Amino acid sequence: MLNVFNYSFMVNALIVGVLIAVCCALLGVVLVLKRFSMIGDGLSHVGFGALSVAAVLNFSAPLYFSLPVVMAAAFFLLRITQNSKINADAAIAVISSSALALGVFLASVNGTNINLQQYMFGSILSISETDIAVSIALSVVVISLYVLFYNKIFTITFDETFSGATGIRTRLYNTAISLLTAVTIVIGMRMLGTLLISAMIIFPALTSMRLCKRFFTVVVTSVCVSVCCVTAGLLTSFTCEGIPVSSTIVLCNLLLFAVFSLLSVGKKLINKKKSN
Amino acid sequence: MSLINVENLKLGYDGKCVVEGITFTVNEGDYLCIVGENGSGKTTLIKGLLGLIGKLGGTLEYADVLSKNHIGYLSQRSEHMADFPASVREIVMSGFLNNRSFGFRYSAFEKQTAEKVMAQVGISSIQKKNFSSLSGGQQQRVLLARALCATKKLILLDEPTSALDPIATSEFYSLVKSLNKNGITVIMVSHDVTAAVRNASHILCLSQAENFYGTTHEFMHSETGRRMLVSDCPCDDCQHLSCKEVRFNA
Repeated sequence: MLNVFNYSFMVNALIVGVLIAVCCALLGVVLVLKRFSMIGDGLSHVGFGALSVAAVLNFSAPLYFSLPVVMAAAFFLLRITQNSKINADAAIAVISSSALALGVFLASVNGTNINLQQYMFGSILSISETDIAVSIALSVVVISLYVLFYNKIFTITFDETFSGATGIRTRLYNTAISLLTAVTIVIGMRMLGTLLISAMIIFPALTSMRLCKRFFTVVVTSVCVSVCCVTAGLLTSFTCEGIPVSSTIVLCNLLLFAVFSLLSVGKKLINKKKSN
Repeated sequence: MSLINVENLKLGYDGKCVVEGITFTVNEGDYLCIVGENGSGKTTLIKGLLGLIGKLGGTLEYADVLSKNHIGYLSQRSEHMADFPASVREIVMSGFLNNRSFGFRYSAFEKQTAEKVMAQVGISSIQKKNFSSLSGGQQQRVLLARALCATKKLILLDEPTSALDPIATSEFYSLVKSLNKNGITVIMVSHDVTAAVRNASHILCLSQAENFYGTTHEFMHSETGRRMLVSDCPCDDCQHLSCKEVRFNA
């Protein structure tokens, strides 16, 4: 096991993986509770389209192209979700599949330059020094935002109208959260791929909500669940050669979700017996 | 002392007018009920009062003592609250947030106030419980407690009893009435005209044709009031001759 640290790409993957796991969990709790889970999925598809465009245009660093595009998309998707006139989930589905189609189209026209498989399902080999730097900066921002504004994030997530009515700038917070989600997704996509990154955002929150009934414990448990799954997934994929890391991470998440669900059913049964 | 002064106010979304010609005054200690048919613009008016939407015309003035940080608002419960993981205490305490910029912990004074408020609305015994496990009536009390943490003067209630059964409804009304007697000004939006005239001191009735504003007594003897109230006026004043005349003429 120790020889994991002899490979620099594994060390890089572990650093970026754990940091992204923390960000995904923290942002995911808010997104899931606000019924914004679809935004994460939509953004990852837009990210795929942006990467393909960057490849076609021969950008040396596709990150610098996809990051602003996905951030703009995040801003736009949030507006759609908040506008009650538009059917938001349908609109997001249309945008995300269009972006995916554009990406596949450009990748195929362009020929051999782009490794489609790598974009779809990610790879730990593609993690660069820039990714490490961006993910460290991102997690510092996300964690300090959470610590400093924990109570406000709680209030806005629970009841946006009330927060707005009593003078909290809900729009600012919503925008900040969706922009940070965009950065998280663009970085996380390299490792987990377009199709599976949204699981990292949704699973930890759902898993912890099986058992935890307070906002604070949900947040803390989500982070633990997320970090455990990424680490376990990375190590499994390292030990069993040839299995993409994205699949092992998502399957770890699924396993923990099942365990937590069983525990929650057990807890309910015990409580019922007690009250009888 | 007048807290809110509204004159010929016009409100709407995206430049399209929803309600207009609203004129009323809220004085300290008043209990104003806003009634009206579906779509008459009650919720739009509340949003305007809270500053969530801008006005299209007219005046809307708040007294200096009433900054935005001093309005407690009880919103309509939204569906995503149903499975939200939060304890009653966490939610009640979140009412204090408008008075601070950031910070993790609440002050001792705030904790004390929260205890007092929770006792006032009768939820002290359930403060450690999970919000989603409570009944509709209890949830509404929790949200009322949160609104009371946010205010010392004025609470705005937007159809607080719409999802409650009759017993919980009448309990809730008497709770609001007792808060009002303790000096908190109340503005409530309601479908329930009968309950409104029983509890409120003033009525604002929004309608496509003409808006009505006056004391409850005036409302019951107005054309609009008689149209909306099925039962007869229950007030003692109606033993008076003038009121009998009104009824006779009708």
